[in-house]
This record gives sequence, C-alpha cells and structure tokens, in this order.
Amino acid sequence: MKNNQEYFIIKNNSSSADLEDIPVMDYVSFREKIISALNEENKHCISYYSVPSEDYLRLICCIADDSDKSIEIFSCKSGKDIKLIESAASLSPQVHIFEREIHENTGIVFTGHPWLKPVRFSHSRADKSKTVDGYPFYSIHSEELHEVGVGPVHAGVIEPGHFRFICNGEKVHHLEIQLGYQHRGVEELFLSKQDALQWCILSESIAGDTSVGHSLAHSQLIESLSGMEVSEGLQIERCIALELERVAVHIGDTAALCGDVAYQLGQVVCEALRTVVINTTQLWCGNRFGKGLIRPGGSNYPLNEEIAQAIYDTAGIVEERFGEIADCIYSTPSVLARFDEIGIVTKKQAHAIGTVGPSARTCGIERDIRRSHPFQYFRNYIVDPVILESGDILARGMLRSLEVQGSIKIIRDLLKIWSESKRNEEKPVYNYRLKPDSFSLALVEGWRGEICHSAMTDKNGKISHYKVKDPSFHNWMALALAVRNQEISDFPVCNKSFNLSYCGHDL
Amino acid sequence: MLKELKILKHHGKQYISDLRRQKISPLFRGRPVISESISEEEIRSAAAVCPVRAVDKSSGSIDLGKCVFCKECAFLLPGKIEFTNDYHIASNDRNSLIIKPGDHNLIKLDEKKVRQEVRDLFKGALKLRQVSAGGDNSCEMELAASGNVNFDMGRYGIEFVASPRHADGVVITGPISENMSRALEITYDAIPEPRIIILAGTDAISGGIFAGSTALDRSFLEKHHIDLYVPGNPAHPLTFINGIMDLLGIKK
Repeated sequence: MKNNQEYFIIKNNSSSADLEDIPVMDYVSFREKIISALNEENKHCISYYSVPSEDYLRLICCIADDSDKSIEIFSCKSGKDIKLIESAASLSPQVHIFEREIHENTGIVFTGHPWLKPVRFSHSRADKSKTVDGYPFYSIHSEELHEVGVGPVHAGVIEPGHFRFICNGEKVHHLEIQLGYQHRGVEELFLSKQDALQWCILSESIAGDTSVGHSLAHSQLIESLSGMEVSEGLQIERCIALELERVAVHIGDTAALCGDVAYQLGQVVCEALRTVVINTTQLWCGNRFGKGLIRPGGSNYPLNEEIAQAIYDTAGIVEERFGEIADCIYSTPSVLARFDEIGIVTKKQAHAIGTVGPSARTCGIERDIRRSHPFQYFRNYIVDPVILESGDILARGMLRSLEVQGSIKIIRDLLKIWSESKRNEEKPVYNYRLKPDSFSLALVEGWRGEICHSAMTDKNGKISHYKVKDPSFHNWMALALAVRNQEISDFPVCNKSFNLSYCGHDL
Repeated sequence: MLKELKILKHHGKQYISDLRRQKISPLFRGRPVISESISEEEIRSAAAVCPVRAVDKSSGSIDLGKCVFCKECAFLLPGKIEFTNDYHIASNDRNSLIIKPGDHNLIKLDEKKVRQEVRDLFKGALKLRQVSAGGDNSCEMELAASGNVNFDMGRYGIEFVASPRHADGVVITGPISENMSRALEITYDAIPEPRIIILAGTDAISGGIFAGSTALDRSFLEKHHIDLYVPGNPAHPLTFINGIMDLLGIKK
C-alpha cells in the first residue's frame, strides 16, 4: 500500500485505509482525475458515490487498475450549497450510472450529462416528487415508429422492471430500461442495523441468486475493517462455494437460453443438472443458495471429508453430463440460428460503458477480479479467465459452458489443496471491533461479474457509510445496447443471455 | 439423433415420485424443535442473537413467519433448540407458524379456515400469477423450480401463468417494496374472483430482514385475506408444493 498525492492505493482483500489518507481535491481536479484515469484501457470505475454529511458533500471514486492489482481511491469535498457540477460522463461514459445515482440521492445536477434520469427511485431520494410511475422515457415523434412497454410484472416468474422499446415494425431502434421496483433500502438498513449477524443476513439477501458472492464481499470487507485474518483452509472453502454458485447459475442460465429458443432437451437436462449442484450446496449448508455458509471470521459449516467427496462427485457428474449437452446445444442449427450474431455488444461499446463480468469477457475484455484483483485463495491459485470476442448471445452462452468447465477444474484443484491444508475450523466472529475513521472495500468476482462492497467507519468504529455495487449496475446498459437493430422477438433470449439482477441494482 | 438419445438415457428419470415424503439433506433448516427445559436465561440469549426478532423473549417460541432460518439460536444453544429437516411448514393459519417450547407437533393447515370454494374450484387445476415485490430472486427461482423436471407440480394441474386474467390467485414474494405496491394491487385486481393469495418466503410473510425498512409498503396485506403462508428463506419447492396440496385437499 502506498500513498500518493493524487490518490490512495489499496489492494483488494487487504487491510483498511485511514480516512485521512484518502486525498481530498476540488471538483475540477477530481473530475479531471476520473477522466484521465479512465482514458487508460486497463482501468475501470468500480464504485463512485456520494457520502452525505451535515456540512459538506463528499464524493469518493474507486478506480481499479487491472494490470497491477491496485485500486485508486480519491475524493472531493464541496460545500452543501453547490447544486451544479460538470459531468464526467460526457467524456467517460462509464460513470454515467454513478452520476445518475449521485444526482438522484443528492439533487446535484451534472451539467452536460447525456441522460440524467432517476436510477431506482430510492426512498431517500432528493426529489420526492419523482415517482416510479412517472419515469421520463425517451420518445421519438414519428408516424413510422411505435412503442412497446413491458413490465414491471413480466410473463415469467422473475423480478419486476419496465422495458420500453421504440420499434420500427419488428425492429428495435431503442430500448430504455426503468428499474427501481425492487428497492428495499438495503444501504440504509446497513446503517440502521449495526449488528454483525443482521448484516450477514442482509448481504445474503441483496441478490439471493448471488448469496455467496455478496455475503463473501461483506465478510471480506468486515475482515479488512477489523483486521481479522482467516485460515487458508477457510479461504479455499469460500472459493469452492463461490465456484459452486457460478456453476449452478451458469447451468441454470443455459437451461433458460434453451427454453427461450424452444430447445427442450437442453432446457430439461440443464434444469436437472442445476438441481444436482444446488442440492450439493444444500447438503453442505442446508440451503440451496448457500445462505448461512459465509460468515466473517469463520464458518458454521466447515467442509468435511464426506461433503468434499460429494462436491467432488458432483463435479464429475456435471463435467460429463453438462459437457455432452453443451456439445449438443452448440451444434444444433436451430439453436445457433437464434444465438449467432444476435444481440451484439462491441468491444468499443463494452469499454465505453464499463461493463464487467461475463458481459465484458464476451467482448474481448479481460476483466475477471479472480485474476486482476485476487481475493481469498485466488491470491495463491491463478485463474485463467475465459475470453471470447464476438459479443453476441452465442458468446454469452458459450462463455457459460467454458466457465462451468473452468470452475469444475478449480473446484477439483481446490478440493485437493484443501485436503492437504491445515484446517482451523474457525467459528464465525460477530463481536469484532471495526477500526475507527477507516475506509475499506472488497471485490469479489461473482457469477455476474464484480461485486463491490465498501464502507466507512466513524470515530467510534461504527459504520457510517455502506455502499453496495452489484455488477448489474454496470451491465444493464449492455443489454439496452445489445437489442438495438434486433428484432423485438429476440429480446427475451437476449435478456436471458445477460440474466441481470433487478434487486441487486435496486438495493 | 444418437447423441440426443444418449443424453436422454443419462438424464434418466428425474421427477420426484412422492413429493410428500421426499428425503432431503439432513442439514436442511426446516421446522424447529425447542426443548421444554429451555431456561429463561437461554430464551433471552436466543432472542438477543436472533437477527429478526423471531424468538419471543418471554415465551421462547420461534415464529417461522419471521425466522430467516440462519440457525444461529441453535448454534448458540445446542440441545435446546434444533432445526429439523421437516419441510412441511406451510399453513393457512398464521399462528400455527409459531413454534412453542416442547412443541413436537407437525405444522398443519386449519381445515376450518380453508374456503370451500377454493377446494371446489381449484382442486383439479390451479393457475397462479407470481408477483415479486422486492424479492431477492431466490424465492422466485424456487417457485420456478417447483414446475421443473424434478418437482413437476404440473402433475396436479398447478402452474404459473403469464397473465393475471388466466390466474386463480397470486403468489407474492419479497417484503413488498413501496415502488412495487401499486403494480401488485393492479395485478391482483386483474385476477377474476374467487382468487387466492399465497405469501412465499419469510420476506413476504413478515418483511424478514427488511421488516421496518421505510422503503416498504405492506398495506396490501392488511386489506386482503391470506390463504397460505409458505415460510422459508427462500421457501423450498417441497414446502411450497406440499402447502398447496394441503390447501387444495390433494392427498397424494
């Protein structure tokens, strides 16, 4: 960790920073710093937010350098009365969503922002006259065009959100996605609860399909803020749990992709295989989604020989049976016709919007936190990210099957290392003390991409600010771009190919 | 073609033939049992550790409508509180979700509270509209799984439909966010009568970990009769399907 006048450098999964060490600059330099950093291809914005205070407004920006495992933190302070500041999004489009969020929460107007609209209609928004029913949709006045509105309640058993298409016949010109229906006040609850176990339960519920990913990010954050160390054995177990989650969801997503193009064999076989995987997680911890498995400092469900064997067996079943069905799926002409060159996101677009996770890796961008900012046992075990170039549904489908193979290898390797490692079987720790006046963040590569939790403590070591960023926060824009110039009938399968989180975005 | 046949052979028979008695992982956190000998002090410590106030600090009972099944009270008091893997925990009676010390009885539906028209009309086929109102997507995925090749609730004519106009009832997940409250009301109003309401998952029943959040609006629940409560975090497909079978009077 080193200090620099312009920014403070922190590493993922390491200790915390003193609040004092984070450089404070005026907004003009702050904005220039964001723009110049994001001009570099190897850097992207992982979190950028406002911290409310009685006397002033503080903006904090965290930019990850994927080439040297470092994360730059810098901030800006300004008087409460400032209402207009110049947007950085016009030059660095990837911060567009962060500026929108800051605008919604504080009322500050970013001049020159191309799309300064509400993000989630959070309960604590600055302007209560804006409501979820009054979203300012973009529209084009034309006799040739029509609009299609879908949601918030969708046809399937999924979460709510509204999609507004502007179409010319069957062709989509523009899609605008309105979210916020799932807003539960997660970040406010992190502050009002101030109880270690409540935070764990809350982090597991940020996005229940990523319970392991989010609860791991939370535990990592707490461990760095309290200076807790966990054993190598536990780190390995956590990585195995994370990879099991990835395997289960990727297989489930493959089932959904097949279902949408009426390839029933692929759908039912993958559904059944996903069941095998999540039932293995249930065998381990009693919950199919891994709720209860990840806790700060230790585990209530230490891995044992019997469960390790069950995980090993599951890996074998998945490898064989998912392998043969994936071969079949990606060689069936009627399936390929619906996936190939449909819903393309270009590498240029992906860079511009700062997309993360599989959505970036299918556009030729190597962005995998397991490799670039390793955490837990991935600091010792090098992951080779799968990178595909075509940016279409086919790439997003294929990436899943390649990542399933990759995760199976990781699980097997880690099980072997685990069986030879020293195990402490630490119990969870709930009575920890957080360092006062500190800042820390934690990054985890969940199955959707990078999850970022960051927090600040006050002078008494209480959490004074907690920020959650689900990968979906970046990636919803990728879906909107993917469907441009596609047929509207391709939207459902496009949507499934991203499978983004509504609740993770809405918080 | 041969490849597909080979896959089908490996796929084999997936469906669970007896959903009533399907075995489940011993660690599955289902109906708790609280020892009769639990002391007042132990009750206080269990209530203090509970993240959602599901443990009553005077009686020591556990309310499964509030419980997030984290099992921390059982880790704290081994031998005094135990979570069995009994997944038959749905009921139409909110009070029967409250498990008292010494209570070993299975959770049952209150037959007297079941509306006769529900059984008369829906026993052969029940079409449901699902509304996620702040659900974290784990409950939604479990409800979707209830219709998959393993659990196959479709065998009883129970399925999720796209339109509320085609539905006989609504299944609500999530603590009901303020931003979703109006859409929920509109969806419910679009369902023809008679109609049922099922709350799936602890978040829907009590708000769960989100209870008390200012971003919620749970007034819908005060206005309408709830036909079935399905506890769980998330509600397990077996809990959900067995609950509906009990509600409809389907024996097997």
